[in-house]
Amino acid sequence: MKIIVAIKQVPERDAQVHIDSSGQWIEEANLQYAMNEPDAYALEEALQLKEKAGGEVIVISTGPERVSQTIREALAKGADRAIHVVCDDLAARDALGVARLLAAAIQPESPDLLLTGLQSEDLGLGQTGVIVAELLGLPHASLILQVEIIAKEGSKAQIKARRELEEGWFQSIELPSPAVLTIQSGGNKLRYATLMGIKRAKTKEVRTVHAADLGVSAAPAVALEAITLPKKQKSTQILNGSAEEAAAALVEKLKFEARVL
Amino acid sequence: MRVLVILEERGGHISRTSWEAATAALRLAPMQEITAVVIGAQTELPAAEAAAKAFGKVIRVEHPLLAPYTSDGYCAALHQLIQQEGPTQVVFPHTYQVRDYAPALACRSGQALIGDVIEIADGPVFTRQLMQGRLNGSYRHAGNGPCFVSVQAGAFRAELPDAAAATPIETFTPAIDAAQIRTRPGEPFRGSAQTVDLGSAQWIVSVGRGIREAENLPLVQELATALGAELAASRPICDNGWLPMERQVGSSGQSVAPRLYLAVGISGAIQHLVGMKGSQCIVAINKDPDAPIFEVADYGIVGDLFEVVPALTEAVKAAKQ
Ligand SMILES: Cc1cc2nc3c(=O)[nH]c(=O)nc-3n(C[C@H](O)[C@H](O)[C@H](O)COP(=O)(O)OP(=O)(O)OC[C@H]3O[C@@H](n4cnc5c(N)ncnc54)[C@H](O)[C@@H]3O)c2cc1C
Ligand SMILES: Nc1ncnc2c1ncn2[C@@H]1O[C@H](COP(=O)(O)O)[C@@H](O)[C@H]1O
Repeated sequence: MKIIVAIKQVPERDAQVHIDSSGQWIEEANLQYAMNEPDAYALEEALQLKEKAGGEVIVISTGPERVSQTIREALAKGADRAIHVVCDDLAARDALGVARLLAAAIQPESPDLLLTGLQSEDLGLGQTGVIVAELLGLPHASLILQVEIIAKEGSKAQIKARRELEEGWFQSIELPSPAVLTIQSGGNKLRYATLMGIKRAKTKEVRTVHAADLGVSAAPAVALEAITLPKKQKSTQILNGSAEEAAAALVEKLKFEARVL
Repeated sequence: MRVLVILEERGGHISRTSWEAATAALRLAPMQEITAVVIGAQTELPAAEAAAKAFGKVIRVEHPLLAPYTSDGYCAALHQLIQQEGPTQVVFPHTYQVRDYAPALACRSGQALIGDVIEIADGPVFTRQLMQGRLNGSYRHAGNGPCFVSVQAGAFRAELPDAAAATPIETFTPAIDAAQIRTRPGEPFRGSAQTVDLGSAQWIVSVGRGIREAENLPLVQELATALGAELAASRPICDNGWLPMERQVGSSGQSVAPRLYLAVGISGAIQHLVGMKGSQCIVAINKDPDAPIFEVADYGIVGDLFEVVPALTEAVKAAKQ
């Protein structure tokens, strides 16, 4: 099985994000970046499928030069090779624009399976995988936790996936390969890169493709015009002081003001 | 303006989030210019329900191949409807089902969905959350062709005028072929045995990724015990297997409404908030003063949970003596 995993580099979860001077994006200068969490689960699922059924795992990421660090991390965890779609104006593209880049770079590889994360932690669009499926003319299933290959005839496989529904419900869904699955976090246990893996990653192939050479439109259908701080819905009483003082004040409030103790 | 609102059914009725999405559409056009769309293999009942409101009209998109739901079926049917109706906007509730097909449907029209919208201002300018709720982004439709928008649950209060006269109901029969439907969905099933009923708990202490490691959980368990509270968690804690999934609060877990909800090291992502916003009193302990959880908290302590939680446990014990 040839499996491609789309991974996005996003600001680290605990990073302090600040609106930049244009008011249209965040200050990137001192940000630390990491692999989008659902993408790490997608990579893990792909690596486990390969361990069971053989084949190849290729990661693809689009973004500026710094993205190569996240690509190396994926290679260190066990991906076989990578495609870096170099793109410096990612923030100006909408979900369709990014999906067009990915689809154009993926198409010549004709994978049996494409896994993406369900949703990115920075933009949270939750769309890219579904759009790539549409652009490539492939069936898809979203919000997937586990993937199983249930039948194989020649190069065609039947895929069975566990899909999350709302409020603790699930369903299984079957679809023929080639297909696209968007992976929700929590379906498996993430591995760490080993020292050996990190060493090997250095020798693995990373093919770079330039966004401009893919011949896709960069004109967005929706434009992000401004970034602002959210408005508060409630006025929160912040209790100050040392941990002990704040704790004592809170207990007082809960007992005599909110009357919930 | 010609706005289509795609309504979803839940438990035999049009869902609350669908009514909310229709109310959001009123920011785009007056009621007479909004068409309510119901879709499925049998749509008579939801169509009648929609027609009780003063929509311009109701369209029943009906075909035997539209049950059960599949992205292929819904995309094919709604794309044909959009071509016939030529709407300026298409509005959806932001449900798991809509996430599954609306991006592909929008793409078929050369558009990108503006998803999970929480506010619509004149322009129209659509606001959605970025960076896990820490920032908001304002979006404008820039393309030619319909603008596709999905509306976050709870962001608008459902308030629609009732129909004075009978709302016209039309039927639209899409051309769908069984071979177009490539996925085979199974029946929904419950994930795990439900042995704890967080839904009826009066006191809940809920723990998030700020706890760092499973070994640190006893710290919050002690606080829960002192309060006589149930222990709950955000998704990553259950994803890691540190607590069973039945203790997860949020859109993919349980919805709770205790008298006291004490969130420890939880950032307050929308998928978590929808499960606990209805709590009577919300307390947040978080080291980040800008964490979105403080937007819904009544009381907050900004600080290191490893210092605050033990202190609070002692204070609660002292108060209960
Ligand atoms: C379709 C979908 C469904 C989802 N369903 C759910 C759901 O049902 N329930 C759910 O919870 N999530 C759900 N999520 C995930 C959700 O988006 C968030 O990722 C998740 O809620 C984050 O959990 P968290 O707040 O524990 O972790 P984080 O977002 O990582 O937040 C950790 C917080 O801890 C604070 N912190 C760190 N260290 C300390 C310290 N020492 N002292 C004090 N504070 C500290 C940090 O400031 C931060 O605010 C869903 C996501 C998707 C896409
Ligand atoms: N720049 C990118 N490079 C690679 N994959 C991406 C990129 N943007 C989005 N994706 C993939 O699409 C998924 C959903 O992202 P989004 O639609 O932005 O929420 C992510 O989890 C990734 O798997």
